[in-house]
Amino acid sequence: MTDPIRSTAAEMAAALAAGEISSVELTQAHLDRTAAVDGAVHAYLHVDGAGALDQAKAIDDRRAAGEQLHPMAGVPIAVKDVMATKGLPTTCGSRILEGWIPPYDATLVRRLREAGLPILGKLNMDEFAMGSSTEHSAYGPTHNPWDLTRIPGGSGGGSSSVVASFQAPLAIGTDTGGSIRQPAAVTGTVGTKPTYGGVSRYGLVALASSLDQAGPCTRTVLDAALLHDLIGGHDPLDSTSIDAPVPPVVEAARRADVTGMRIGIVKELTGAGFQAGVQQRFDEAIAALVARGAEVVEVSCPNFEYALAAYYLILPSEASSNLAKFDAMRYGLRVLPDGVADPSAEQVMAATRDAGFGDEVKRRIILGTYALSSGYYDAYYGSAQKVRRLIADDFARAFETADVLASPTAPTTAFKLGDKLDDPMAMYLNDIATIPANLAGVPGMSVPTGLAPEDGLPTGIQFLAPATKDERLYAVGAALEAALTETWGGPLLDRAPDLLLASADLRVGAPNSADATTGGAR
Amino acid sequence: MAELTRDDVAHLAGLARIDLSDAELDRMVGELGVILESVAKVQKAPTDGVEPMSHPLPLTNVTRADVVVPSLGTQAVLAAAPAVEDDRFSVPRILTED
Repeated sequence: MTDPIRSTAAEMAAALAAGEISSVELTQAHLDRTAAVDGAVHAYLHVDGAGALDQAKAIDDRRAAGEQLHPMAGVPIAVKDVMATKGLPTTCGSRILEGWIPPYDATLVRRLREAGLPILGKLNMDEFAMGSSTEHSAYGPTHNPWDLTRIPGGSGGGSSSVVASFQAPLAIGTDTGGSIRQPAAVTGTVGTKPTYGGVSRYGLVALASSLDQAGPCTRTVLDAALLHDLIGGHDPLDSTSIDAPVPPVVEAARRADVTGMRIGIVKELTGAGFQAGVQQRFDEAIAALVARGAEVVEVSCPNFEYALAAYYLILPSEASSNLAKFDAMRYGLRVLPDGVADPSAEQVMAATRDAGFGDEVKRRIILGTYALSSGYYDAYYGSAQKVRRLIADDFARAFETADVLASPTAPTTAFKLGDKLDDPMAMYLNDIATIPANLAGVPGMSVPTGLAPEDGLPTGIQFLAPATKDERLYAVGAALEAALTETWGGPLLDRAPDLLLASADLRVGAPNSADATTGGAR
Repeated sequence: MAELTRDDVAHLAGLARIDLSDAELDRMVGELGVILESVAKVQKAPTDGVEPMSHPLPLTNVTRADVVVPSLGTQAVLAAAPAVEDDRFSVPRILTED
């Protein structure tokens, strides 16, 4: 391998197994990259260089001793800061959890450790995963590696940008309404939201328990499959975990076969409202799949029109309940109210939540409190739950005529940081195509389709499959990736700007930000 | 739909235990009004006779074998507490003095 960090995770695993590189060398190369570029990107909230190198050394020693290792052992990974990591800070991008170090690992983190993947650090995100741009992180936004003045998507902008900027080959994201798929689309990377229940939620700090799902963020479809296979599967610690084997995602990604596959174009998720270049690249992607043997059918999902409204009632309702645990009593921030002698526990709780939560979190908690309050429950939360059923029924009907569904992942390419920060509804519209999958629990994946001609920024296509048929996403995703990579003459990310030059420009332009270029722990 | 007033938001913030400042209340009344107007669209959907859906999977109660497993231990649990006294969480007063 000439430049190890630009390889795929699958190639890294092969090189490690062949003894061409050690995990310590590979991990150090990624840490060096982070030191060079993360001042500009800000994908990480916390880098654990020493811990990652220790894990890498242990894997190298075990390999040298002839031990049989997991195929991905020694390949480093970065984890979204919403997953509990024993011994590593877990903030969820919030001040209320600043400095919190969980006493336990999330199940998927435990699986990563057991398989021997060194954990490089924790990734930036919108506070408690509420947002589509990472601008709602209490620790400052992440920047899109394609254009540092633009958003990397959200809430998992740290997860998308860390792989897009070659700081890690693999990352963990979570997707409640599109937080894996939309960031993948706007950074030219791959992201999968597995079937609800496919990956354990134990240790995932809940946003909306009936919608949240963790999944892989990578540069290739095969890498996503390898990570999906590693983190998926039944977990007795999560009562909503599906008690069945992980779908055959790796095999499907390797075969990349779409012969005879019926791809349903969702009428309601194309055309009006989608940027011209996004739609154009989507149409070209469909044509490339047809050329590989797929068939196209048009499907209609008339109730998707109500999905955004239902989502922004169901999510805040569940979030207002889930976030009630941040009460300043057992862990996290405790703030005493100003000018109150001997404050009560309730007064301390209210003062702490005002100081510790950001604007978007407060908005959604109050919205959820409203939707659940007696007198409004039937009109809001109750109606939203009925719409949820209608959307699941729309999916069921569509999957009678189509094996997978397709739409553009996000309506536009990455917008400028700051552009939608003062307009919550405009921000919410980013998730219009991704939300239905979470409401119904079906799996989805975003794959790059190219660069929009009008702005030169990445565009993505979303595939959706019936629940537990995740392998279909990998078959169609890998087929498209193979076709487009051939057309492009190499991976899309080869065309991303050189971040070392961009970082240098940034330093020249803003001498006061020099301390932010160390890329170390913050 | 009833218009959301500043008093409504203050009441909701109280229920949610968030001590909003006056400036936050002023801002949030307008923002929440816009969002509520938009999400009220669910009331226009053809939902007559539709069974509400709370969860993507059929939920069943899950139990585990009644076997003792090690717990985290007092030290690990209290390590992140804002205040600790005698191996317990120390919290502000819950009752009024008088």
